[in-house]
Amino acid sequence: MNTTISSGRRFYIGLMKGLMVLSAALTCGLALFLIGFVLCKGVSSLTWELVSTKPSYLNDTIGILPDILNTVYIIVATLLIVLPLGVGAAIYLTEYAASKRLVAVIEYAAETLSGIPSIIFGLVGMLVFANTFGKCLLAGALTLVIMNLPTVMRTAQESLKTVPTSLREGAFGLGAGKWRVVRTVVLPGCVDGIITGCILSAGRIMGESAALLFTAGFAHALNGFFSGLGSPGATLTVALYLYANEPRPGAKEASFTIAAILMLLTLAINFAAVLVGRYFKKRSAL
Amino acid sequence: MGKHQRIIEKLIHGIFLLLGLVTVGCVLLITVYLILSGIPAIRQIGLLDFLLGDTWESTAKEPSFGILPFILTSVYGTAGAILFGVPVGFFTAVYLAKLAPAKVKSVVESAVSLLAGIPSVVYGLVGMLVLVPGIRALFHVPDGASLLAAMIVLSVMILPSIIKVSVTALEAVPKEYEDASLALGATPIETYFKVSAPAAKSGVAAAVVLGVGRAIGEAMAVMMVSGNVPNMPALFQSVRFLTTAVASEMAYSGGLQRQALFSIALVLFLFIMLINAALNFFLKRDKEG
Repeated sequence: MNTTISSGRRFYIGLMKGLMVLSAALTCGLALFLIGFVLCKGVSSLTWELVSTKPSYLNDTIGILPDILNTVYIIVATLLIVLPLGVGAAIYLTEYAASKRLVAVIEYAAETLSGIPSIIFGLVGMLVFANTFGKCLLAGALTLVIMNLPTVMRTAQESLKTVPTSLREGAFGLGAGKWRVVRTVVLPGCVDGIITGCILSAGRIMGESAALLFTAGFAHALNGFFSGLGSPGATLTVALYLYANEPRPGAKEASFTIAAILMLLTLAINFAAVLVGRYFKKRSAL
Repeated sequence: MGKHQRIIEKLIHGIFLLLGLVTVGCVLLITVYLILSGIPAIRQIGLLDFLLGDTWESTAKEPSFGILPFILTSVYGTAGAILFGVPVGFFTAVYLAKLAPAKVKSVVESAVSLLAGIPSVVYGLVGMLVLVPGIRALFHVPDGASLLAAMIVLSVMILPSIIKVSVTALEAVPKEYEDASLALGATPIETYFKVSAPAAKSGVAAAVVLGVGRAIGEAMAVMMVSGNVPNMPALFQSVRFLTTAVASEMAYSGGLQRQALFSIALVLFLFIMLINAALNFFLKRDKEG
């Protein structure tokens, strides 16, 4: 059969195949290079002192414990606020909304929101939240709530769609009211979507920097959760940016260590997302 | 159903309606705030002087606020990122959607989602310490922090979005199209590029537009590799983007300078809105087939 293919065609096929394999290899290679490079450079300067102290200009040491805590606080605070909002919106869209036009408007708004660059969120967050509460983690978290609303809403919506209509009809048939159906039948069915949305959002919050620069500030003070929310603080990404531009010795190493930590967390989050997806797929197949 | 219960149901319906409208409220809030805070400086400087002025000296004694360098830099930087990123992304997507064995596919796909998950400051840091010195050594220029470095970083950063959206579009091509082409004697690879890819062209176009949106909106990574000087764009020149113009002066700005930064954000927002409209157009056409 091969004899019927002209050499021109064979060249084209070979070229295209080569380009495809090359591109895929390049993509993988880039990912591997980034992991390898960042981990190699970062792990060597990772010390217990670095991750367990706060920076001190007196002793000229750098510690990133406050930045780690701030990242945790901001993730928790953002998720606490964005979950009810996003899941509620998704429930409205799939369970309550009667007007097609309103659904289209809300979905269009969510799409628009997810296309807006983070620096613009940061600016508006600065105008709206940082001007009311002052520069603090809470202002940063509220900004991130707006940013992550579309993600949570969409994942919740996707999994609500997988709850079979027959279950709802069964519950209605037994005489349950709408709210009761939502509470007892629909919501338990979309736990997987909510968890996936949480993981995705946690990843985005962890990686966000431009939106936090002008809303959450750059302080490196050790705080508890509630006092932390009320005071300015740098997250890991913001701290990385600050240390990368700081000339003092050890700052570059610190920023690479933070990069390595962020890289490991990214890997962990991706892994968790895959695991959760697989777990729920298996369960729903039962 | 009792009267009491009906009131509760109504109330809960209302609460969910409100939650649904939060998204719309946020979009309106952002739009209104950007327009309100962006207009004053444009009115004071003059729309044409602002958009087409080629010098930005915001802190000079007689400041001039021309953002043409930023606009051009953003456009060129995005174009460069597309030029590098789209071919690699497209070929990877075709490979993943059509040719790759299941095992290879899952490996490449996890690499892609890893690339998507890496924080932009990490891209910036690696670019700053690898790419910038590399460009300086390779091209013998005094400073490697340049438009070229930003283009390369951006092209890597937009790869995941391009690949993911293209793969979805390519996988949605009806199998009958491919079967017909194969039956007519085309080889599989010819089929993928001459039948499947054209059939998925709206989806691939959407992927490119999404990449454009990502590239034009990225701030931190380009801030760390582009040198951040408001020059007219040139490949080896230190440049400033629309996003980095806002980010780099916001911390210490005041008065008209601050207002001008909001105007820059407004211009950026308008760009994004145009891109969103284009994206929706292509996605809709893709759905209609």
